[in-house]
Amino acid sequence: MGEKILMKGNEAIGEAAIRAGCRFYFGYPITPQSEITAYMAKRLLKMKDAAFVQAESEIAAINMVYGAIATGVRAMTSSSGPGISLKQEGISYIACSELPCVIVNIQRGGPGLGSIQPAQGDYFQATKGGGHGDYHLIVFAPSSVQELVDLTMDAFDLADKYRNPAMILGDGLLGQMMEAVEFKERPKVNLPDKSGWTLTGCKGRKHRYIVPFDLDPRVLEKLNKVLDEKYKRIKEKEVRYEAVNIENADLVIVAYGTVARIVKTVINNAKKEGINIGLIRPITLFPFPEKIIAETASKINKFLVVEMSLGQMIEDVKLAVSGKAEVNFYGRTGGVIPSPVEILEEVKKYL
Amino acid sequence: MKKVFGRPESLTDVPFTYCPGCHHGTAHRLVAEVLDEFGIREKTIGICPVGCSVFAYLFFNCDVICAAHGRAPAIATGIKRSKPDSIVFTYQGDGDLASIGTAEIVHAANRGENITVIFINNAIYGMTGGQMAPTTLVGQVTQTSPYGRDPKTMGYPIKMSEMLSTIKGATYISRVALTKPAYIVKAKKAIKKAFQVQLDGKGFSMVEILSTCPTNWGLSPVEASKWLEENMIPYYPLGEFRTPEEVA
Amino acid sequence: MFEEVIIAGFGGQGIMLIGRLLAYAGMLEGKNVAWMPSYGPEMRGGTANCTVIISSEEIASPVVPYPKSIIVMNKPSLDKFEQNVKKEGLIILNDSLIDQKVSRNDLSIVRVPANDVANELGNLKVANMVVLGAYVKKSGVVKLDTIFKALEKALAGRNQHLINLNKEALKQGTELAKE
Repeated sequence: MGEKILMKGNEAIGEAAIRAGCRFYFGYPITPQSEITAYMAKRLLKMKDAAFVQAESEIAAINMVYGAIATGVRAMTSSSGPGISLKQEGISYIACSELPCVIVNIQRGGPGLGSIQPAQGDYFQATKGGGHGDYHLIVFAPSSVQELVDLTMDAFDLADKYRNPAMILGDGLLGQMMEAVEFKERPKVNLPDKSGWTLTGCKGRKHRYIVPFDLDPRVLEKLNKVLDEKYKRIKEKEVRYEAVNIENADLVIVAYGTVARIVKTVINNAKKEGINIGLIRPITLFPFPEKIIAETASKINKFLVVEMSLGQMIEDVKLAVSGKAEVNFYGRTGGVIPSPVEILEEVKKYL
Repeated sequence: MKKVFGRPESLTDVPFTYCPGCHHGTAHRLVAEVLDEFGIREKTIGICPVGCSVFAYLFFNCDVICAAHGRAPAIATGIKRSKPDSIVFTYQGDGDLASIGTAEIVHAANRGENITVIFINNAIYGMTGGQMAPTTLVGQVTQTSPYGRDPKTMGYPIKMSEMLSTIKGATYISRVALTKPAYIVKAKKAIKKAFQVQLDGKGFSMVEILSTCPTNWGLSPVEASKWLEENMIPYYPLGEFRTPEEVA
Repeated sequence: MFEEVIIAGFGGQGIMLIGRLLAYAGMLEGKNVAWMPSYGPEMRGGTANCTVIISSEEIASPVVPYPKSIIVMNKPSLDKFEQNVKKEGLIILNDSLIDQKVSRNDLSIVRVPANDVANELGNLKVANMVVLGAYVKKSGVVKLDTIFKALEKALAGRNQHLINLNKEALKQGTELAKE
């Protein structure tokens, strides 16, 4: 403990998952996240009471996760945009069945086959459900390799706490880069006992089933309401964000993940020119840090949302700002990463 | 007094809701009897599909999870890998196993997953109201082959048992029918053998059960049995396609 | 301190490896480090580059459009990155494969006949260590000793026997940067 290790983001996710007690990984290779799959193969195939399966498809991979988590173990899968699209059916079933798991999306340029360079075009898919029906994932947006580690471990805990799938929404840059990371000693968290719902064989109890459907609309509506209550609790308790320099800023940028890091350089560069920029960096995208944005909007009247997309998170920012401030947008897509220089140029347009 | 006949413990008290003459009830019962006879009900986890037998969780008195359409073998993989001491079976129809879930069944077999698959082939989509299945016979009229299945544009009915028996990882593959007592006896033997393969840790096993769907075939139960024997069995011959002895 | 360097060359020249050694050495010296590869479908033979940032402060943007230094192992890399180097920056270039002059005159330039030195040492593959040695000497960003430590860790096991050869290449690189 305390020792720093130089690790690639993707491998750090794998190591973090294993340290979080995940012994079951099911996945399919896709750039730029294949190192996660390879890392899990290297480690899990040598471990007892563990399994690694390279699935025949993304669809099969998420369904293998579905089977494994139904028995109560910690399990995960990982992919990138096109593969995450394929997993959506299974994710919807898992959300409906209220089972905990972790799904990693190392985003790449889209739509379609897109590119393999970093992007943030899967924000809507990650935060608004993604598959069919009313549901949400708990979505984390790390912005460093260290955060990939910490948030992956947190994701397993929160998934168990709420019996809900959690997603790590990274991008190709975070997945591919190496930084020094530390696997810190974590405080023990009390998580709910799983024995009341897991499928383990019905010895000594009534037979039990997990069925993600009900043909009676009233009963299904009830289930949806139960989910909704849960999402409300999550919104109340699990919001995370980082706020930098937002007091007395001339303009506040809202950005997450890789882009938020670039914005930190923009803040430093702007200071040298006498411009005071603030940053709100959502660390959870669902639940979204709407409160801090709303509060800031009553003090600062200019916002700029920067994303590696055509503008997705901006919709949540606008909802939070609720007309109290001006909300502008700057985005690059297709795998292009915005540079600090171009972001600062954009900021100047609004001052 | 010795009890000679009764409801297997592996079935619940819930009466079947299947149509009159449908073979799901018999198939369920045979599986349940085998679970009873091996004494494995309490460590069995079943996976029911999308289709008429989506309700199987109400009838099987063991733990059950419901799969997305076609994905049962992937879920079974996840369960068996995370809980190797459990007995895992999937119960799948022809649309589920031979159409939307083709990839999952082929690769579960290819990995030699130590699971048992009960495959109900009734040559039609039942729950959605009688559309063409991958196993629908040439010339057979369904809602989506209203002029009969034309192989020129719709392909030929797929023979899953034959196909899967070419896979090295598959240990036991057998096709049975339930239209007469002699067949039922054989079917039960096959199901028992399939679970025995799993109990022995020998890998993938599947029993394909040719079944009736009187409602969607537009026939009475008796006519349906006759139609199955006259039309399905000649195309889908009964028997064992792969046995543990061959594999060993 | 804050250093950002882009290392570029053909795939197969060991570009990524020297980038990692540098990042690892920076970490051993207690700095914040980031190593970023360019990644793409070309696994071998194409152009490859990586960015290394070493800083005593938290590293904000890992994207470096205008690096302080570049190490270029072939001509296309010089063409691609020369104009981006910050004013009064540093270029370490592989003189064995690049015969053209650097057009900018505000930069310090160290020309290292890396392939020739490597060939004399009996293994062309260590040309990357020659340029890394020159860079470490000229930039002073980490100590050569720390690079040695990183190297020992990276080549432990199967490639153990190559450690001394690589160290020798690094040393010769530092010598060339002195002149």
